[in-house]
Amino acid sequence: MNDELMAIEAARRLSNDTVCFVGIGLPSTAANLARATHAPDCVLIYESGTIGAKPTELPLSIGDGELAETADAVVSVPEMFAYWLQGGRIDVGFLGAAQIDRHGNLNSTVIGPYDSPTVRLPGGGGAPEIATNVRDVFVMLRQTPRTFVERLDFRTSVGDRVRVVVTDLGVLEPRDGELTLTHVHPGVSVDDVQAATGWELRVAGDVRETTPATEHELRALHALRTKGDA
Amino acid sequence: MAEIVSLADAISALVRDGDTVALEGFTHLIPHAAGHEIVRQRRRELALIRMTPDVVYDQLIGAGCARSLTFSWGGNPGVGSLHRLRDAVENGWPRPLELIEHSHAGMAAAWAAGASNLPFGLLRGYRGTDLHPPATVTCPFTGEQLAAVPAHRPDVGIIHAQRADRRGNVQLWGILGVQKETVLASARALATVEELVDALEPLPGAIVLPHWVIEAIAVVPRGAAPSYAHGYYDRDNEFYKQWDDISRERESFTQWLDDHVYAEVAA
Repeated sequence: MNDELMAIEAARRLSNDTVCFVGIGLPSTAANLARATHAPDCVLIYESGTIGAKPTELPLSIGDGELAETADAVVSVPEMFAYWLQGGRIDVGFLGAAQIDRHGNLNSTVIGPYDSPTVRLPGGGGAPEIATNVRDVFVMLRQTPRTFVERLDFRTSVGDRVRVVVTDLGVLEPRDGELTLTHVHPGVSVDDVQAATGWELRVAGDVRETTPATEHELRALHALRTKGDA
Repeated sequence: MAEIVSLADAISALVRDGDTVALEGFTHLIPHAAGHEIVRQRRRELALIRMTPDVVYDQLIGAGCARSLTFSWGGNPGVGSLHRLRDAVENGWPRPLELIEHSHAGMAAAWAAGASNLPFGLLRGYRGTDLHPPATVTCPFTGEQLAAVPAHRPDVGIIHAQRADRRGNVQLWGILGVQKETVLASARALATVEELVDALEPLPGAIVLPHWVIEAIAVVPRGAAPSYAHGYYDRDNEFYKQWDDISRERESFTQWLDDHVYAEVAA
């Protein structure tokens, strides 16, 4: 249930004129949900080179054929990273990770030491430059003491431009350079969120409850999922 | 000058033990069949390059073909980890694998530099990460510090494309990834294609790589499967999901390799 609210809450933060760089999984779900609800003209860019992709079902990979078929333009990967991302044309970039710290720095590279890792993760991909070249970074990840850590095992991307972290428990936003709990999802307490955080969590004085998912949002989300088998 | 040959002959002539080899294709047009032929011909000590090593690199690594991997994202898209890659990195099976790790933007710049015959690629990248850029350079005009990555210059670059004409001009369209750069940066290039045609009909968004930048062309229908070839067949998402189970254990992986690679005869 809260996975759904994660996608819905992230989607709400995209507006109709947002140009957004989308990764696969929850970010893709959120961006397509925005397009299916309040932001039909939101521009979705997948790093495979598809600009203005309008998939009717959720893609499994960032390069599914439907993305190219529905895109306004398809560009090469060097062009995507040089002209469009580094060129400063993208407003919002979504990132996920295996670990996050209180400053929004992310690790998607290794658990354990780099040279002899306990878990070798897929790696940064586009993240290092997305984190520094888009205007606003949105992070989506499930909140546990293993993911919200005091110290990252590896810093894949820097947190300077992280504007919001949407989790399955609530929403965190940076205040004075530190992620601060601003919303808890319905049925979740501040203590629950603290218990899922590996550092002493800063909580906003005016912490609120996330607006519950509406019928309209849920219906649109289920329609996307049914088609995409995601 | 492109010669039209069988896949087995192409790999045998172009790929040598110890070579630096890149099989590119960004989700779309991944040259799976060529990768399988490298496995079948038991090439060893390859220095592999690929932005997004996915299932076919998991197979090459698990089969023991590679000594190193230069990459920026190594996973099974939408599914999870590559178990053979992980086993090589975490446990040294079937042999240790050296990793040379970049960001996507760094890899893309290294490809563009290689195609441009420049020694390094330049980008505003790697800032604030532990993924250190190989070097930094100072802009002579503004003083800005920029990241520098050595150009990719593989011995062999391999791509898959939709079609070629009889002279060996190769046409591809849809998501183009870094295939043009791979061909132009490589000392020797191989293109596998879905079909050979008398004349290449122009198509929106299509590019043509002229026959004189490619050494060999092999006609391999479905040569990108389980990846896809736009206009020919779709991505086999089910196989990508199944690969998670097949590749999880060494035994099931080895069995799959015996049944589906070693037992098959090259196109």
